[in-house]
Amino acid sequence: MALFYSNPFDAMLEFQRALDTLRDSAWLDFSPSGRGAFPPLNVFSKGDDIVVIAEAPGVHKADLRIEAKGNTIRISGVKSIERGARASVHRRERADGRFDRTVTLPVEVDADRVKAEYRDGILALYLPRAESAKPRTINIT
Amino acid sequence: MTSTQSLSVQEKKEVATKAEKTAPARFYTPATDIFETDEALTVVMEMPGVEKKDLDVQLEDDVLRIEGRVDVSKYEGLEPLYSEYNVGHFARSFVLSSKIDAKRIAAAVEDGVLTLTLPKAEEARPRRIPIG
Repeated sequence: MALFYSNPFDAMLEFQRALDTLRDSAWLDFSPSGRGAFPPLNVFSKGDDIVVIAEAPGVHKADLRIEAKGNTIRISGVKSIERGARASVHRRERADGRFDRTVTLPVEVDADRVKAEYRDGILALYLPRAESAKPRTINIT
Repeated sequence: MTSTQSLSVQEKKEVATKAEKTAPARFYTPATDIFETDEALTVVMEMPGVEKKDLDVQLEDDVLRIEGRVDVSKYEGLEPLYSEYNVGHFARSFVLSSKIDAKRIAAAVEDGVLTLTLPKAEEARPRRIPIG
């Protein structure tokens, strides 16, 4: 079920519903390893490729580190919050600290062509499927 | 001896308001830090994916209302495989207890974090009373 939006007003809700159905998915249950307050991530497919999107507000681009090898990607970094001199604190909900996580993907990715973007607190990784992992069509003779 | 490490992911809270929304989409509560000094009240909110132009900050009758919208068109053509959080707009409002100088409110957005500096009005600043 790829997402194509005909009605821009329903687009957001349709998308949210599509994500909701996956919240119980056990796809990565045994594969991730890591520690710390990790930015939550969503995994999408786009054609043959995999797209990983994580919410990491307040993390500086320079503090993020991405590694890719075979079918695993490692995302690590540090989120630091500068808390200056304060007279009183009314609310403190933002979490900071180090995070490190390795995710195993169902397909091999081409590590040389991985693209990472960080904008407005969103980290997006474009992971092209390795040529060797692409399915071949077999002609029936 | 082995110990299992559990991964903690901050859960997003959906907005629960008395007023109903007319937009067909879910809104989430942004994680917020609020601190106060003698001069100003500072509100720091995490709104990942919200661009500056899609932010709306209002101050009316001591109620500070912040709304940020995310652009869903960026997700077009993507098929979800696995999900740990839902994507949504952000909205939150606060009732301010001290008088704010509305004209001097400053807002800045960086890496998906909105920082609002609300300077206190002159009459609301604390004064030290000398004991004679």
